Amino acid sequence: MAALTPVKPTPASFYVPVVAAAGGFAGIFVGTAQGATLLGLVAGAALLAGIALLLAGALSEKEKAGRWGLFVLMALAGFTLGGLMGGIIGALFGWFFGWFIYWLSTGRYRQKLVPYLTPGQVLWHYTFRVICGAIFVFLITPIIVVMPLSFNAQDFFTFTPEMLRLDPDGFSMKHYDDFFTNSDWQNALWNSLTIAPMATLLSVTFGTLAAIGLSQPHVPYRQAIMAILISPMIVPLIISAAGMYFFYSRIGLQGTYIGVVLAHAALGIPFVIITVTATLVGFDRSLTRAAANMGANPTTTFFRIQMPLILPGVISGGLFAFITSFDEVVVVLFVGSAGQKTLPWQMFTGLREQISPTILAVATILVALSILLLATVEILRRRSERLRGMTPA
Amino acid sequence: MKLTTALLATSALVVSAGVASAQSMTIVSWGGAYSASQKNAYHDPYSEKTGVEIINDDSSAEAVAKLRAMNEAGNVTWDVVDVVGADAIRLCDEGLAMEIDHDEVLAAAPDGTSASDDFGDLIVSDCFVPQIVYSTTFGYRTDMVPAGVEAPNDICDVFDLETYPGKRALEKRPINNMEWALLCSGVAKEDVYDVLETEDGIAMALAKLDTIKDQTIWWSAGADTPQLLADGEIFMGSTYNGRLFSLIEEQGQPVGMMWDAQVFDLDGWIVPTGLSEERTKQAMDYLFFATDTQRLADQAKYISYGPARASSAPLVGKHASLGIDMAPHMPTDPANAANTFLFNYEWWADYRDDLDAKFQAWLAQ
Amino acid sequence: MTSTSDSSAEQAAASGPMLAADGTPLKKSIARALRMQKLRALALIAPLLIFILVTFIAPIADMLFRSVENQIVSTTLPRTITTLEGWDGSAGEAPGEDVFAALYYDMFVAAEAKEHTKLGTRLNYEQTGISSLFRKSGRKLDDLGKDYQKPFEKAAKDLGDGAAFHALMTGTGPSDSALLESTRARLEALTGDSMAGEIGFAPGAEISALLPLTAAAYADFAVFTARVDGDAPADEDPWEAVYTALAHDLATPGTIEKIASYTGPGAELLQAAADVAPSLPDYRAFFEDVDEDWLDVANWSTIQTYAPNYTSGYFLNAIDMQKTPDGTALRDDDERIYIMLFKRTMFMSLVITFSCILLGYPVAWLLANLPMRTANLLMILVLLPFWTSLLVRTSAWKVMLQQQGVINDVLVWLGLVEDTARLIMINNQLGTIIAMTHILLPFMILPLYSVMQTIPPTYLRAAKSLGATNWTAFWRVYFPQSIPGIGAGSILVFILAIGYYITPEIVGGTTGTFISNRIAYHISSSLNWGLGAALGAILLAAVLLLYWCYDQIVGIDNVKLGG
Repeated sequence: MAALTPVKPTPASFYVPVVAAAGGFAGIFVGTAQGATLLGLVAGAALLAGIALLLAGALSEKEKAGRWGLFVLMALAGFTLGGLMGGIIGALFGWFFGWFIYWLSTGRYRQKLVPYLTPGQVLWHYTFRVICGAIFVFLITPIIVVMPLSFNAQDFFTFTPEMLRLDPDGFSMKHYDDFFTNSDWQNALWNSLTIAPMATLLSVTFGTLAAIGLSQPHVPYRQAIMAILISPMIVPLIISAAGMYFFYSRIGLQGTYIGVVLAHAALGIPFVIITVTATLVGFDRSLTRAAANMGANPTTTFFRIQMPLILPGVISGGLFAFITSFDEVVVVLFVGSAGQKTLPWQMFTGLREQISPTILAVATILVALSILLLATVEILRRRSERLRGMTPA
Repeated sequence: MKLTTALLATSALVVSAGVASAQSMTIVSWGGAYSASQKNAYHDPYSEKTGVEIINDDSSAEAVAKLRAMNEAGNVTWDVVDVVGADAIRLCDEGLAMEIDHDEVLAAAPDGTSASDDFGDLIVSDCFVPQIVYSTTFGYRTDMVPAGVEAPNDICDVFDLETYPGKRALEKRPINNMEWALLCSGVAKEDVYDVLETEDGIAMALAKLDTIKDQTIWWSAGADTPQLLADGEIFMGSTYNGRLFSLIEEQGQPVGMMWDAQVFDLDGWIVPTGLSEERTKQAMDYLFFATDTQRLADQAKYISYGPARASSAPLVGKHASLGIDMAPHMPTDPANAANTFLFNYEWWADYRDDLDAKFQAWLAQ
Repeated sequence: MTSTSDSSAEQAAASGPMLAADGTPLKKSIARALRMQKLRALALIAPLLIFILVTFIAPIADMLFRSVENQIVSTTLPRTITTLEGWDGSAGEAPGEDVFAALYYDMFVAAEAKEHTKLGTRLNYEQTGISSLFRKSGRKLDDLGKDYQKPFEKAAKDLGDGAAFHALMTGTGPSDSALLESTRARLEALTGDSMAGEIGFAPGAEISALLPLTAAAYADFAVFTARVDGDAPADEDPWEAVYTALAHDLATPGTIEKIASYTGPGAELLQAAADVAPSLPDYRAFFEDVDEDWLDVANWSTIQTYAPNYTSGYFLNAIDMQKTPDGTALRDDDERIYIMLFKRTMFMSLVITFSCILLGYPVAWLLANLPMRTANLLMILVLLPFWTSLLVRTSAWKVMLQQQGVINDVLVWLGLVEDTARLIMINNQLGTIIAMTHILLPFMILPLYSVMQTIPPTYLRAAKSLGATNWTAFWRVYFPQSIPGIGAGSILVFILAIGYYITPEIVGGTTGTFISNRIAYHISSSLNWGLGAALGAILLAAVLLLYWCYDQIVGIDNVKLGG
């Protein structure tokens, strides 16, 4: 993006206090950790003010060298103070302050903002970004945190001192080994892999047909039908689970593969309906009419015209249905029996009955899988928009 | 009809013990180290001998509910179920478990003592084949015992926050907790259930629990307390003695076990009603195999629960991988059993609903 | 508008109905096409609708039915209930001998079918102690019959013989089919299995008139033996209850005289029995002997109160009330829990919804105002948690929040918190709120984002250029336009939150659990399915109400999922 505001260096009276404030803030933590809060604050502020003067003043032309220097210096300082972990934290500090000092002193921070903003508004703009950043951290940290724990050499859910020191002895692949060799986990994986695709197939087939039906112009009781079809997403899972448990027991489906597949298919259907109807909203009906005009029968029209166009919606609905089944634990706990023990069920047991970070290893694998699926959906979405001639929005 | 079929099937079985057919059977148990010990001591040798594939289902905690639902549907998918004594009584009462003639179905002791004599009083229900004796007791962090104080060795130390500060873990239900609270309110052991029957008794027990309520984490799954102890989240907590054994001996955590007023309880097998004749036969064959004197003693190699047969006790040997003597870790060991508390099944069957409502209301306050 | 249609109507009137290409009137043709279209749409929808109705709606209806279902009392103790109808508990007297007699025979059959303890368990939900009362009584029922059986067998050995007794009860001449049918029906209701089919026994009408109780007791025995046990009644020894009934019949004035003139098969056996001249069985004393609680009016009131086939008892229980002989009343203070749980569920869901708005709004705003490419990239950070297994996220929060967990470790390491004073953030409401806010946040961000995308940024600029401050511009111009997004997100989050089960179970402790946890408890551990269903019904009603609101405000069609 082109610069909205011309970049011009800021005076030292601006960036030194700001950097010093940030340094003081960081100093509080370092200081408190050493038992001297006030000293940490003062020392941090003074240190960073000095560095800022040095970098932005003397080394203003050699930005690259300045930043690398600070990075290495801080990393070394951290390492001498707190070992490998301290080194990493120091390096992060170094990287951040290096960037921060040049960003402020060169005036780049206003580059992307409209020129008429008051300093207060600029401050608010960045404070707001920091707040949003914190929320993103809140969203993502729990998922990041379990990953290193899955390499724990111990059998418990806590970071051991060895792990914090980044000592290789504190880490091991044994929980992954356990996952790939333990027959309980492998059975669970196999069950999940046989139940989820079947359930997905059912929800996608029925769901797509119904979504096409629902998108027709004149559907009686459309609202009511829609409400019923979406209800599996809305009704609390525990109620669905209890109801299915009693009813499926009565008709002999409790504890069977078919029972679990039917239950999961029902839970996945709302997702298919929602995504496919959304795709059909942008569907140009004249295309099917044109096809019919040229002599195609309804089946051909459907498979050759409509299907390719709504396919991305169908696939992403299918992915949702798949992940619903693949992730579902409450219903399968009630409706299934040992023969249908799925991965989430085994994880739930792992959390409640036995102490084993194997579930964290599984979690990490599943997160990787989620990222993969997420990427797929994103690509499909873009493709769909391109096909429908919409600008990416 | 069900009863007669069972008897027919079992007598047929005694004649031709050891039907070998390449099928599978579902055995329901509690999961974790306990299921692992059963797998090692019973399932694996049995599969090897007969070729029957054994599927493990860790649903014992919901056994009564699931069996009831299966029975309603007339489609019982379980063959043998591991349940606690109280649940066995309940299942037998409701006609969900099959009555078993212990002497006909089970092996006699090596010295010829009949099975029913060998198990003795532990056969708390006609449907129940006892397997192990376990205790619910307290474990504590040895490194969190305050300096200059001896390690807790009295049940009332649980309620003594002054001498032993730190969090507690108790099970999220009235059973056991109410008894302990009364014992530590000065009620004699033999009067506990009489007192608990009265409104005042309940109030007294809850008042005692009130003193540690805000320091207590309430657990509902067997793995909770060991995990909490290992994480250093609590100072002491109640759990099953086998879980503590594995935490202390197998995982080497700084945890000690307290043997005082631990609640003695039973665990064993039942066979559901409504199985086909062939499956019943299979189940009985399994029971014959898995509950003989030697195998019950074998299980004790893997987990510190006492074998239910009197004749198994002398055969209890060393731990399978650690090589330590298992006998001193058994709840049945005389030194450990010096001050046990006997759990009253009958009483709890009546008062469970009522006390549970009161207990949950108290918890939620 | 009006004039156009008027003129076209005139035209139509002038030239007759407008015709379609195939010659049918256009109106009709259009109507038919429309109908065809509707039918085709419905045909496409029908498979799914049927699928959902069968796999999802029917189970829920079935479960809700359990919250009022109460046939167990009248199927297990049918005759007792009928005789108990006239009893009035307010007099403070236990019911009379006839009720105890009916109870004895009902209980005997129920105990044979192992149904009496189920009823005991059911009634124990309402009145503590009934469970063991029933169990204990079931075990001792044989004793009364045995006391009579012995002298009978002493008088004539064949009285204890199955075949001889069978012959005696079959008699000659016409059979009492009414008795047999009513017995079948009663046992069918009791066991839930079909009792139809050959049973190898038909009670003689003559003997049934002579010994009505005995005939009824023997019919119970015969039907049960034949249909449940699968044995021929003639091969089996009669139940003890048959002898009690025989004693009762013989002690009834006039019976002995009639027996003297009876000539059917087994007449001499009967005569021998009559010579024993047994006393009238004292059922009441027998039950009192088993357990004196049988004379407790409260127990009988409970049986009477819960006699109807359908009960509001579970629903009352679910709102901390109970049925008493004098109507409904609040439960004791120390047993009230559900209202509190419902309130807590509502309160915590509100807090969670509010925190989601608080955290979701800035993020959605940022996403809506960033360039597309950056926004899409950041969107992944929102979607990743959304796609990650619920259990993973919950266990992650367990790892983060516990006292020896990541957050506390970091705080202690930074020196912000003393090692001995680590924060308690788990196993309480705070833990549930934090974890659930995290889990439900994407459900708030996504609808907010889609609404905010449609708000043109120029409005804000216009407001500012007209002199509004930042705050005024936001509050008066932008915020009102984003309210539909807040509404949609809030209802969605709230609906999902009040039904949550897994997360509160794992991080909630005792104060952070929801009503769902209690429902699960009743369904899988306490086995009070009726109460679980009633709680579920109330929760479901609340959710459906919100769902309806959602439909009214947002429209179900407008639910959007990320991607």
